Amino acid sequence: MTNKVREQVKSTLAKRYAAERRFRLFGLVSVMIGLAFLCLMMFTIISKGLPAFTQSYIQLSVNFDLEELEISDVNNEEAVQYADYDSVLKQALYDAFPDVSGRKAKKQFRRFLSSGAGYRVSKQVANNLDWFNTTQDIWVLAGDEVNLFMKGYIRADMPENERQLNDQQMAWLATLKEEGKLKKRFNTAFFQYGDSREPELAGILGALKGSLLTVFVTLLLSFPIGVAAAVYLEEFAPSNWFSDVIEVNINNLAAVPSIVYGLLGLAIFINFFELPRSAPLVGGLVLTLMTLPTIIISSRSALKAVPPSIREAALGLGASKMQVVFHHVVPLAMPGMLTGTIIGMAQALGETAPLLMIGMVAFVVEVPQGITDPATVLPVQIFLWADSPERGFEEKTAAAIMVLLVFLITMNSLAVYLRKQFERRW
Amino acid sequence: MKKIVLMVATALTTLFTAGTSVAAESRDYIYIVGSSTVYPFATVVAEKFGRSTKFKTPKIESTGSGGGLKLFCSGKGAKHPDVTNASRRIKQSEVEKCAKNGIKDIVEVLIGYDGIVMANAKGASSFSLSRKDIYMALAKMVPGKDGKLVANPNKTWKDVNSALPNTKIEVLGPPPSSGTRDAFNELALEGGARKFKDINTLRGLKDGDELKALMAKLGVSSKIYEQIKAKKGKVSGKDIVKVIGRSMREDGHYVEAGENDNLIVQKLVANPNALGIFGFSFLDENRDKVQGTVIDAISPEFETIADGSYPVSRPLYFYAKKAHVGVIPGMKEYLGAFVSKKAMGEDGYLVDKGMIPLGSSEYKAVKAAVEGLIPLKL
Repeated sequence: MTNKVREQVKSTLAKRYAAERRFRLFGLVSVMIGLAFLCLMMFTIISKGLPAFTQSYIQLSVNFDLEELEISDVNNEEAVQYADYDSVLKQALYDAFPDVSGRKAKKQFRRFLSSGAGYRVSKQVANNLDWFNTTQDIWVLAGDEVNLFMKGYIRADMPENERQLNDQQMAWLATLKEEGKLKKRFNTAFFQYGDSREPELAGILGALKGSLLTVFVTLLLSFPIGVAAAVYLEEFAPSNWFSDVIEVNINNLAAVPSIVYGLLGLAIFINFFELPRSAPLVGGLVLTLMTLPTIIISSRSALKAVPPSIREAALGLGASKMQVVFHHVVPLAMPGMLTGTIIGMAQALGETAPLLMIGMVAFVVEVPQGITDPATVLPVQIFLWADSPERGFEEKTAAAIMVLLVFLITMNSLAVYLRKQFERRW
Repeated sequence: MKKIVLMVATALTTLFTAGTSVAAESRDYIYIVGSSTVYPFATVVAEKFGRSTKFKTPKIESTGSGGGLKLFCSGKGAKHPDVTNASRRIKQSEVEKCAKNGIKDIVEVLIGYDGIVMANAKGASSFSLSRKDIYMALAKMVPGKDGKLVANPNKTWKDVNSALPNTKIEVLGPPPSSGTRDAFNELALEGGARKFKDINTLRGLKDGDELKALMAKLGVSSKIYEQIKAKKGKVSGKDIVKVIGRSMREDGHYVEAGENDNLIVQKLVANPNALGIFGFSFLDENRDKVQGTVIDAISPEFETIADGSYPVSRPLYFYAKKAHVGVIPGMKEYLGAFVSKKAMGEDGYLVDKGMIPLGSSEYKAVKAAVEGLIPLKL
C-alpha cells in the first residue's frame, strides 16, 4: 500500500516540479516585460528631456549707451526696466559680423536672439547699474532655431528647404561656435520662470508651484476629513441600513470618473460660491472631493486591521471608547492611513480632467504667489507643451515629465519614511 | 483632539474667506478665453504685453470658439472673461445672448487668417487634389453614377479620380468639437460638393415644389427635410446642402485623431499612406517631416493663403467687452498691443508664429475700429 503511494508520488514528482518551474518562469517573464516597458519609457523620456536642461547662449559685446536706450535717469526703476534692450542687443549682433551689411542680410539675424533676450538682460542690468555707458561681454539667450542647431536637430546635411535655417545662417552659427561665442549652458531659467510661448523662455516654476499649492490645499482638507469620516464609520457608527447606504456610496464614488468632480466643482465652487476660476484653491477643493473616497476606504481598512484584542484590553483597563480609539487604535492604524493618503495625493497630482472644467488648463505666465492666483499644474503644463507647434517644446515636454516624476518619487519616499516612523508591531 | 478640530475649522474658514474676498474684488489681470486656433497667437501677444508693460500677463484659457463665446456672453463684471478668441465670426444668436446679459457693446477685431492644410509624410509621393476629390473621398453621401446620392462607396483614391494613386483613402483629422474640423467641412467638403451642378442649384432654392423635386432627383431622404423643419421651423436649400456637404464619412476612412495636431504629424510619419488635416502653422514648423497637399492646383504656402488664392482658409477674430475698458487694468493697452504693427503687421511677430496677416487696407480699418472702440454691428 505505502509502496503504491510512494510509487505514485515518484511518478508525478517530476511533473509537479516542472509545473512549479514553469509558473516561476511565467512570473519572472511578466516581471521582466513590465521592467522592460518601464526602462523603455524612462529611457525615451530621459533621452528626450535631458537636452532641455541646457540652453544655448551667444556671447556679445553689448554697449549699454544711455542715449541709445533712451534712459534719462538711471535711478528711475521703471525706465531701466522697460528700456528697449532688444535694439542694443541686435546692434551688438551686427557688430559681431562687421562684414555683413545691407538690410536684407541683417534680417537673417532676426531669429538668432530670443525674443525674450532683452527682457532677461533688463533683469541683469537692474542689478548692475554700473554697466551703463560701458561695453560688457555678456551671454545672451539665443533663439529657438539656434538652440535646435546646437542640439543637432538642425544639421547641415539636411536639404536647405527642409530646415528652418538657411546655408548662410548655418555658416554664421558655425563661425560663432568655433570662436567659442555660442555655447550651451545649464538652463537655470527653466526652474526660475513660468510658462512661455517661446520654448527657450518657457520654465516649469509656475506649474510646479501651482501643483504644490493645489496638493497642499488637497492634503489640508482631505486628510482630516477623510480620517475623521473613517474613524466615525469604523468605530462609532451604529451598524444599520443607513451606514450600509453610506458605505456603498463611498465605494461607488471611488470609481466615478474624475471629470464628474470637475463639473461638480464648476457648479458649486465657481458658480455658487463664486470662488475665482483657475485658482489652486478651487483645484484643491475639487481634488479633495476626488481623493476623499480613496482615503476613507484605505483608512477604514487600516483601522480594521488593528487587532480587536488591543481594543478589548484597553476597555478592560477602564478606558472610555474615545480613549480606546484615539490612544490606541488610531496611532496603530496611522501608517496605513498615511499610505492611503499619499496614494490619493499622487492621484491628485497627476489629474488633469477635473481641472479642465475649473479653468486650470490655461496659459499662465506669472508664477502664482498664493492659492487664489491663477495657476496651472504640472500635468496640464505637459499637456499644453505637447500641443504646441514649436519643435523646441518636444524636449520641454519630456523635461516636465521628468520634473513630475521627481515630484512623485519625493512624495512616495516621504510616505515610506513617515510610515517607518509610525510603524509599530504587536 | 480639540486642537485638531480647531485647526481644521480655522483652516477651512481661512480658505473660504480668502477665496470669496478675492472673488468679490475686481481682477488686476485680463482674462481671455476662446478658440484653440487663436490660442497660440493670443498667448504670444499676452506674454509680450506682460513683459513690456507694468500690467500683469493676461490669463488665457483654450476653450474652443463656441465655449469661449458662451463664457464671454454670460455676463459683465470681473467674474466673466474680458476677451474671447474665435476662429469664426460671432453668430447673431450669440450677440443676442450677450445683449440679454447686459453686454451691449462688443468690439470685434479681425486679426488675420489661418490656412487649413492636408499633408502626408515626406518621402511619399505628394498629392494634388481638387475640392471635388476631397468631397468624393471624405463625405458621407456622394452622387453615384445616376446622380443620386449614395453612401460613399469610394475605397481608394483611384476610385475618386483615376489620375490619383491606387492607395486606400486614409485621412487623419480633428474631431467634430474642433474649429478646424468645422472650417474644413465648410470650405473643403461643402466647397467640393458645390462643384456638382445639382447640389449647387439646390443651394439657391427656397422651400417649395422645385426644392422637393430636386431633392427627389438627388435622392435626398425626406428625413433630412423633416429634421431641419423640426429644428428651425423653415427649410431652405442652403440648410439641406449644409447637411449633405458637411457630413464626414464614418466608415473608417476618416480617422479622428484628437485635437493634438502634433500627434497627427507623428502618425503621418509612421504611416506614409495616410493624409492628415491640420493648421498651416504645424505644416510650417514640420516641413522636414510632412509635405502639404496641393488643393485646386494651389499649394499651401504663406503667400497663397495671404492673397486668398488657397481655397481652404478662414478668418481669425477676437471680441472684447467695451464696458471692461477702463475697469480691468490694461484692457485698452492689450487691444492696442494686439493690433500694433509689431504684432499683426506684415512683418509682425505673429507672422513668425504662422498667422497669415491682413491686407493693408483691411489692417487700417481694423486698427481704426480698435482705436475708436467702435462696437460691432451685425
